[in-house]
Amino acid sequence: MARKVLVLGEVRDGSLRNVSFEAIAAGKTVSEGGEVVAVLIGKSVSALGEEMIQYGADKVVVVEDDKLEQYTSDGYSQAVLAVIDQEKPEGIIFGHTALGKDLSPKVASKLSTGLISDATDLEEAGGNLVFTRPIYSGKAFEKKIVTGGVIFATIRPNNIEPLAKDESRTGEVSSLSVDIKDLRTIIKEVVRKASEGVDLSEAKVIIAGGRGVKSEDGFNPLKELADVLGGAVGASRGACDADYCDYSLQIGQTGKVVTPDLYIACGISGAIQHLAGMSNSKVIVAINKDPEANIFNVADYGIVGDLFEVVPMLTEEFKKLKVSSS
Amino acid sequence: MNIYVLLKRTFDTEEKISIQNGQIAEDGAEFIINPYDEYAVEEAIQVRDAHGGEVTVVTVGGEESEKQLRTALAMGADKAVLINTEDDLDHGDQFTTAKILAHYLKEQEVDLILAGNVAIDGGSGQVGPRVAEQLDIPYVTTITKLEIDGGTVTVTRDVEGDSEVIETSLPLLVTAQQGLNEPRYPSLPGIMKAKKKPLDEVELDDIDLDEDEVEAKTKTIEIYLPPKKEAGKVLEGELDAQVSELVSLLRNEAKVI
Repeated sequence: MARKVLVLGEVRDGSLRNVSFEAIAAGKTVSEGGEVVAVLIGKSVSALGEEMIQYGADKVVVVEDDKLEQYTSDGYSQAVLAVIDQEKPEGIIFGHTALGKDLSPKVASKLSTGLISDATDLEEAGGNLVFTRPIYSGKAFEKKIVTGGVIFATIRPNNIEPLAKDESRTGEVSSLSVDIKDLRTIIKEVVRKASEGVDLSEAKVIIAGGRGVKSEDGFNPLKELADVLGGAVGASRGACDADYCDYSLQIGQTGKVVTPDLYIACGISGAIQHLAGMSNSKVIVAINKDPEANIFNVADYGIVGDLFEVVPMLTEEFKKLKVSSS
Repeated sequence: MNIYVLLKRTFDTEEKISIQNGQIAEDGAEFIINPYDEYAVEEAIQVRDAHGGEVTVVTVGGEESEKQLRTALAMGADKAVLINTEDDLDHGDQFTTAKILAHYLKEQEVDLILAGNVAIDGGSGQVGPRVAEQLDIPYVTTITKLEIDGGTVTVTRDVEGDSEVIETSLPLLVTAQQGLNEPRYPSLPGIMKAKKKPLDEVELDDIDLDEDEVEAKTKTIEIYLPPKKEAGKVLEGELDAQVSELVSLLRNEAKVI
């Protein structure tokens, strides 16, 4: 059954986040041969429309307004709902990002529809679109379908492969004028804490520290390794509770759930609550002094040793590799 | 100030998950207040202590959720409401829960609603914003700080590691992120007092809702456990040789670098 599917492109610092392209790929699956309409919202974002087309969108609708320069649930929901009203999609896909998580329930509630959040996979099976999503922070999975109304889902970054970019693809980029009004939340200030590094939820490589890092400064060797690998730094609850780092870095059942290509756990014992947040990473490396540490049970590769010795050695080794391959 | 907390009973984070007859097995499992909702309860108590008023904790669920409601009362909440759907609903989804909560809250005088930003079991994080939308009040999710000064509310919100400082007003719904506060443990006198605090139980009928109106819009067709990971390779030998081997394995065997 061919469907028209609306896909939200997400812009950060003037460029499209990767999850936008992943959403297009998911939208294609949901469309079953129908049309994928991308939506771009912001102050000045129309120039990015072409890239959405190149990644597989059939057309793009842009809503631009000074009041949309920053995300607010009121402003963005007015914009999205106006596009929905114009396009009447039968499917909607957002990224399961801070923005998508905040916006999608409001839009679903307005439309009085269901919403499948945080899908990591989707497929057509037995006449249904079946979404796979982790529950209990990845300790289990469920397959879920929409039983009535619009098929609305958010997809977890880094899980659905984007389509190959095709620079010869063309499509219409149109703009829709929406009267954005009555914003009830006003952003006064944005404090960039994560800007120095790569965002945890989208990182392909994560170097995480636990109680074994021993202090705030103990994270420095981890940061250096992350820099060399273009990755992000994360932490276990133990490290956060001990005040070695900010809670925004916490990975686990409370905290973020991540699925990078490579997860290097340094001085992390591997409590169940932490494993829930990272055990679905593609490749896990554990570095721990204690050979009995539970983390070795989920690791693909382990080194029994002091992280303060091993991590700098790893950094050097990867640096050499970079030099020789460039 | 009339403060409401939306609370969910969840599995303890240290519980292992197993499956029985296609469902998550609950036998012998420990249940707790969803950890993010615990931050919401704590914040609600602090707001009440600073500004006066009353804290009511509300949950949608079955009889067994009374235990978690009593815990919230023991922490210091004033009243609890259990919207018992045991007899009426086989299964619900976030649409169901949000509609029930919003329907109940519409009939109350509400200044501030607090909830967890996500439940650690279902993990969808939809109910808070859905309830706010249905009550037509603003909401801010994943907050780490809340300051109320008359009608003006200043909230700090965690956005993937960055912080946003947001100004808004009451009535308002916020969802708690880790770092908002340190939830207190119930004290012994608190536990004693909680036994006498009001815990009302209502059913869908009592709040004029029909089962059909809250019928789920999504359906779970299968629950399964992730494939068990085989124990990996713990490297041996001199440390520098291990490090070189690891880099080579990541590059040539795992192909992630």
